[in-house]
Amino acid sequence: MAKQWEEMTSDERQEALFQRWLSPEGVEFVSPEAEKLYKERATRIKDAVQMKKLPDRVPVLLIPSFFPAFYSGLTPRDVMYDYEKANAAWKKFYVDFQPDAHFGCVAPGPGKFFDILDYKLYNWPGHGIAPEHTYQCVEGEYMKADEYDAFLQDPSHFFTTTILPRYFGALEPFKQLPNLTTINEMYGSGIIFYPYGLPDVQAALKALMEAGSEALKWMGYFGAFFNEMPALGFPAGQCDYTKAPYDILGDTLRGTRGIMTDIYRQPKKLIEAMDAMLPFWIQKGVAPAKAMGNPFIFLPLHKGADGFLSDEQYKKFYWPYLKKILLGLIEEGVVPFLWAEGGSNTRLEVIKDLPKGKTVWLFDEVDMVRAKKVLGDVACIAGNMPMDLLTVGTPEQVKDYAKKLIDTCGKGGGSAPSLIMLSRKMSGPWLTSLRNTASTNRHLSNRDSNRVILQRVCTRGYPDGTPSICIRLR
Amino acid sequence: MAKDLRNTLADLKEEEALAIVRDRLKAGDDPLKILDDARRAMEIVGNRFAESKYFIPDLVYSGEILKSINELVKPKLATEGEAKRGSKVIIGTVAGDIHDIGKDIVVFMLDVSGFEVYDLGVDVPIKTFVDKVKETSAPIVGLSGFLTLAYDAMKQTIEAMKDAGLRDQVKVMIGGGQITEEVMKYTGADAYGKDAMTGVSLAKKWSSA
Repeated sequence: MAKQWEEMTSDERQEALFQRWLSPEGVEFVSPEAEKLYKERATRIKDAVQMKKLPDRVPVLLIPSFFPAFYSGLTPRDVMYDYEKANAAWKKFYVDFQPDAHFGCVAPGPGKFFDILDYKLYNWPGHGIAPEHTYQCVEGEYMKADEYDAFLQDPSHFFTTTILPRYFGALEPFKQLPNLTTINEMYGSGIIFYPYGLPDVQAALKALMEAGSEALKWMGYFGAFFNEMPALGFPAGQCDYTKAPYDILGDTLRGTRGIMTDIYRQPKKLIEAMDAMLPFWIQKGVAPAKAMGNPFIFLPLHKGADGFLSDEQYKKFYWPYLKKILLGLIEEGVVPFLWAEGGSNTRLEVIKDLPKGKTVWLFDEVDMVRAKKVLGDVACIAGNMPMDLLTVGTPEQVKDYAKKLIDTCGKGGGSAPSLIMLSRKMSGPWLTSLRNTASTNRHLSNRDSNRVILQRVCTRGYPDGTPSICIRLR
Repeated sequence: MAKDLRNTLADLKEEEALAIVRDRLKAGDDPLKILDDARRAMEIVGNRFAESKYFIPDLVYSGEILKSINELVKPKLATEGEAKRGSKVIIGTVAGDIHDIGKDIVVFMLDVSGFEVYDLGVDVPIKTFVDKVKETSAPIVGLSGFLTLAYDAMKQTIEAMKDAGLRDQVKVMIGGGQITEEVMKYTGADAYGKDAMTGVSLAKKWSSA
């Protein structure tokens, strides 16, 4: 009889999740070829990640952000508001490029949902951003310096009554909502519930219901896409995301300036808050992985980059809590798929302190030779294709750089095949130029050729232990 | 005897630094002298950053302490007029991009280095840059951008300055997460900086030339 989850080791749990991913439940493949491709691709990725044996060739992954929209001649605005068009564009992208996994079509998100709730945390195309550009975060101090205690005491209530009203204009009246965790008697219940009768609170609740309907509608498209892609032969490269505690607080709660000041003014509170959020954010990764039978959870890393913290600060405030998240995921068989934005040169020796074959590291700016040397026997590494090169470089330069990456870190070297990730920040001219053929004539040829080179590399892949290409378009 | 404000502030000892400022103000010290010491402390901070002894949080925190010092000193200042200002620098995040953290740090370091900084904010239309150069005759322009969409916005902004006949009278530096020498060439800028202190060095070089 199969072992129960509770009795399994973390290795066994990872293997169990991979096995479910290799044979996805309820998927009806469109053809025997699609089924064969699916199994080959999933096995290839599994072998690269687990580092137990060399994959048949190195997997090729593309994380496209908004690229599929541009590729189909659509604007980010178009795909945020027309879910059908979004699905078609994303499907065309994966089918044309034939990468070894798909990453859903979740990037655009439901535009109308954000309209209904008057979202403040980001500006998006048509709403503070030009329709041809992608959404961007509005930097701010959404949680104030003196709110750590409220956050620590009751995170749910704090989010409902303090953070949500700041993130969503339509939920401003939630400031008045009561703390329902104090309901335990008939006596007094009427008093506690009266805010739900206030006209502005009721309007906010109606907006919430309307937004929920829109989210549900969008999820229908999104879900259909997630069902269709495996049937076409593409395993899902991720099923959800989680983050490093320092980034959770720094990105959209305390803000960059806020958290950097907290390091000096209230380091104990900062650490206490990061500790407190661990169970939530581990569970945020574990629950969907187990529910969907997909081992991969994505983690975008931001404020631990080179220069953003001193070595000492990184070891005190960033890494220990990220490591706890990673080990919490690994314990449950989940494979953290990390995307280290910015520079990672000063972090390699610190992050190598992880069990072997349990993580994937996608690097943005890093000396890949050294990264391979330091992490080569610990984890799959990927990335480092410069965005400026993809945007303004010539096809030859792109090809040479890709070859150099393959030469320096592509050697299988026993049990450590590497992934290469070609990355770029989103919405760049290279992308838009595909659409605006007339206005950027000179560079169009280069950029178009770059795309073709990537496509060629991606579709052919490289045999025997050389790296995959993984593009993270941001 | 009050401790040395310059070193205390440069070492980022906030409470001590503020105590020194309060003591000096109470003792009737010249507020301008206090601000001058603070400015010199910021020079030390900038140098430590350039030497990789300090990192971005140190720059940000030094800015926060300086803000508190300014709040203490300001009411005691006889006039609004600040100490002598250096060259004018126009700076902003280019059209389409709303990222400001990096730009704000450069503005802050230029400001404490004595430059007269015109911060145009984020998502700045091309015309606004051109108009500001005409209005102020600033010899230095800094264009900031985090996303690759900024490459074309930078290029177009620089071309617009050329079209307005202003290109020869300004030096243009660009900066941001994805900015490299290749991008500099693409946009037609004169130089690029990987961090705030490179921006300050460039501005110093250009203003003394």
